[in-house]
Amino acid sequence: MQALYAQLLVGLINGSFYALLSLGLAVIFGMLNIINFAHGALYMMGAFCAYFLLNGLGLNYWYALVIAPVAVGIFGMVLERTLLKWLAGLDHLYGLLLTFGIALIIQGVFQNYFGSSGLPYAIPPQLQGGMNLGFMFLPIYRGWVVVFSLVVCLATWYLIERTRLGAYLRAATENPNLVRAFGINVPRMITLTYGLGIGLAALAGVLSAPINQVRPLMGADLIIVVFAVVVIGGMGSIMGSVITGFALGVVEGLTKYFYPEASNTVVFVLMVLVLLVKPTGLTGRAT
Amino acid sequence: MNRKLSALMLGTALALAAGTGAFAGDKVVKIGVLNDMSGLYADLAGPGSVIAAQMAVEDSGLTKKGWKIDVISADHQNKPDIGVNIARQWIDVDKVDVLADVPTSSVALAVSNLAQEKNSILLDSGAGTSDLTNKACTPNTIHWTYDTYTLAHGTGTALTKAGGNTWFFLTADYAFGAAIERDTTAAVTAAGGKVVGGVKHPLNTADFSSFLLQAQASKAKVIGLANAGGDTVNAIKQAAEFGITSGGQKLASLLMFVSDVHALGLQTAKGLNLTETFYWDLNDGTRAFSKRFQDRMKNHAMPTMVQAGVYSSLLHYFKALDSLGENPHDGAKMVAKMKTMPTDDPVFGKGSIEPNGRVLHPAYLFEVKSPAESKGPWDYYKLVATIPANEAFTPLDKSTCPLLKK
Repeated sequence: MQALYAQLLVGLINGSFYALLSLGLAVIFGMLNIINFAHGALYMMGAFCAYFLLNGLGLNYWYALVIAPVAVGIFGMVLERTLLKWLAGLDHLYGLLLTFGIALIIQGVFQNYFGSSGLPYAIPPQLQGGMNLGFMFLPIYRGWVVVFSLVVCLATWYLIERTRLGAYLRAATENPNLVRAFGINVPRMITLTYGLGIGLAALAGVLSAPINQVRPLMGADLIIVVFAVVVIGGMGSIMGSVITGFALGVVEGLTKYFYPEASNTVVFVLMVLVLLVKPTGLTGRAT
Repeated sequence: MNRKLSALMLGTALALAAGTGAFAGDKVVKIGVLNDMSGLYADLAGPGSVIAAQMAVEDSGLTKKGWKIDVISADHQNKPDIGVNIARQWIDVDKVDVLADVPTSSVALAVSNLAQEKNSILLDSGAGTSDLTNKACTPNTIHWTYDTYTLAHGTGTALTKAGGNTWFFLTADYAFGAAIERDTTAAVTAAGGKVVGGVKHPLNTADFSSFLLQAQASKAKVIGLANAGGDTVNAIKQAAEFGITSGGQKLASLLMFVSDVHALGLQTAKGLNLTETFYWDLNDGTRAFSKRFQDRMKNHAMPTMVQAGVYSSLLHYFKALDSLGENPHDGAKMVAKMKTMPTDDPVFGKGSIEPNGRVLHPAYLFEVKSPAESKGPWDYYKLVATIPANEAFTPLDKSTCPLLKK
């Protein structure tokens, strides 16, 4: 029984990454109607950004938490301005192909210079060590990841669903011409939204840097699962993707305990089941 | 006009036929380096193995004697079906003579079968499974650098004798993981230890926390990491995080390469025991080779034992070619010739090849230095013990290779 609690908690930790990444994907899909396959590569760039800040400029983890999402977010906005904006109104397939190509290029460039096994990044001294919860030894850093990503997820949800800015955003996706008639710069809002989604990915990258190796393919390995999360949660649903992210982390954790061989397929089995029963995803609305 | 045209066509057809058919007894050789170019094993094999192969071509001196030697390479993505497809095309269409490196045991076993079927040659350096020279041995395969028996009898025996008498395995769920768990279990039991449990994880796992918690709960004194490359790196890093090493359990990194230690950093890797058959800083020969290798690597990495093994195995192959004076394009014949010659190069020293295809050379038990002990980049190991060649590999009378039962 104790072991079970431990696995639940571990699942929650992994779920935080799924939640942060699928949230960014959901925001981008909801607002831009683009399936952003470059998300994993940008997540990886966030982690590398943290590494460079530490080893190049001597700026520690706490600076990286702020600087990396902004820097990678700006990179994302440049991508949107120069490439993605030409795809507005075209079939989803074009966006998918373009972003997938971008991901391959970014990963290839990083792999060329840094190899595949990656670079070490230490846990910040303030968050080192762990505490004994009785049923398991919880590394403090992992606890921090769960709490911090929950806060970020809720803040993003609040921003989009409960503020005036969020209302403009949602309106702009429904009817861009009408919103423009009110004197709001819709293209700029779309660019900022893409930047926000990418910033979330980069933030997840910084969070994961001390846990995983900073590797060029760290995002490629993760992104497929995250897409499954988004599909299960319902494309474009903000709260749905957050909740599904955490929930699937837990499901995966339990599978690792009861039947470890299936741990990297269980998410896809669930995806198939959900699509059979409710093709719009658990929280998606039929359009 | 018409007759002229048909004569031209006939001539072209004849020329084409002559161009594609490789005649026995020429001086043309094609080497195919088949490995993981982009995944979790790319740093321990990957593009570095191709550089090692090219260095072997240059150092053999054959090109000066009028030989034409080409090195090509491809990415098998650690998938047996992809690996076999590439190898089949190489042998059938591109007339490749030698398949070199081929890490990832599941791929190596499949390619070894194909090499026998096509009477080609597999000079394996990267794969670990000792099955390649036991039940799955063929007259067309030579297994160079190391195998799971070496690792089990190096690290496994040493840790058990040092008091780690209960073991729990974290095993990568494919051919290599199964082989190393089996061989290590035998070595641990022989040294008086006991295996109390284990868990299988999928190949290429990013998060080991669930598995590590199970290992922690087992209370075993040693957690045997029956995996490799990126999987080992992640497991070790996260074991430190979950307080496993500080809680008194010891990690046995059964297969670990210098590239993995580099990726982990000495702070995390210090004190780990590992078994290798090559380290760049062993002697003047290894240092000279490694320096030249490092200068050619884009990220200035030192060679791993797998990459060194690619160099050494091809150098031996070229020696055999040189002694024959021509390329017979006959895999079994070449391998038989190679087995009759003692191996000798500056990288692995003197050795020999057993009838089952197993190359014998010494292995070394190393300990990873602490950051304070290391004098600079890539100064990572101190030598704990040298395991003589006859103890590092399966004794011939214990080998289950069918070739031996005549």
